[in-house]
Amino acid sequence: MADDEIRDEEGNGGEKTKFLFIFKRPPHGAIYPYEGLEVILIMAAYEQEITAAFVDDGVYCLKKGQDTAGVGIKEFAKTFKVLEPYGVEHLYVDRVSLEARGLTEDDLITGVEVVEAEEIANVISAQKVILPF
Amino acid sequence: MLFTVNKSPFTTESLRSCLRFAGKDNPVLLYEDGVYGAQAGTALEGFIKGALTSRIIYALKEDLAARGIDSLIDGVRVVDYAGFVDLVAERNVCPWI
Repeated sequence: MADDEIRDEEGNGGEKTKFLFIFKRPPHGAIYPYEGLEVILIMAAYEQEITAAFVDDGVYCLKKGQDTAGVGIKEFAKTFKVLEPYGVEHLYVDRVSLEARGLTEDDLITGVEVVEAEEIANVISAQKVILPF
Repeated sequence: MLFTVNKSPFTTESLRSCLRFAGKDNPVLLYEDGVYGAQAGTALEGFIKGALTSRIIYALKEDLAARGIDSLIDGVRVVDYAGFVDLVAERNVCPWI
């Protein structure tokens, strides 16, 4: 599906397709957020316009100071910091979700943008493809 | 943009969260366990009625039937699978799953 859409867009003057990845789940309880990050890295090869938004428990994916050595799984919050070369210009974080969890922007990795729900709603409206993780 | 929700609103915050981000005028479709949110007489009825004032909420007929839900909150529209396909064909989809 995605491949076809990418080809269609490129066939129409090379305009980039807008992809939004919405992270809604905490990082280590299930594989979804990690898989979402993997898909972003794969998608980077297609040079499309990629944005990520973190809402609800998804904001925990960006918490700094995660030490997963004791649970034997990969820590991947740091990887979100280095996505810009992969074409990911924005990492939006929902302020209400963050504050509900007793967190502030200082608790998160650098390079994210804490915004209001209305701004994320506007970002959603502008997308061609939305992938939830 | 069509927003879709497939989890029971009594299990997860998915529906509440979806409605926070679904701008006004964007329809929301409840399917699978999401259809429990459409049932009349629940603790969420007032919340759903409030949401209905600014957007259309659909519930999938086959999923309602499968769960024996025959009393719906006034204003919730029922669509069948064919109607679901029409909605998806008309606009982009934001799966809030």
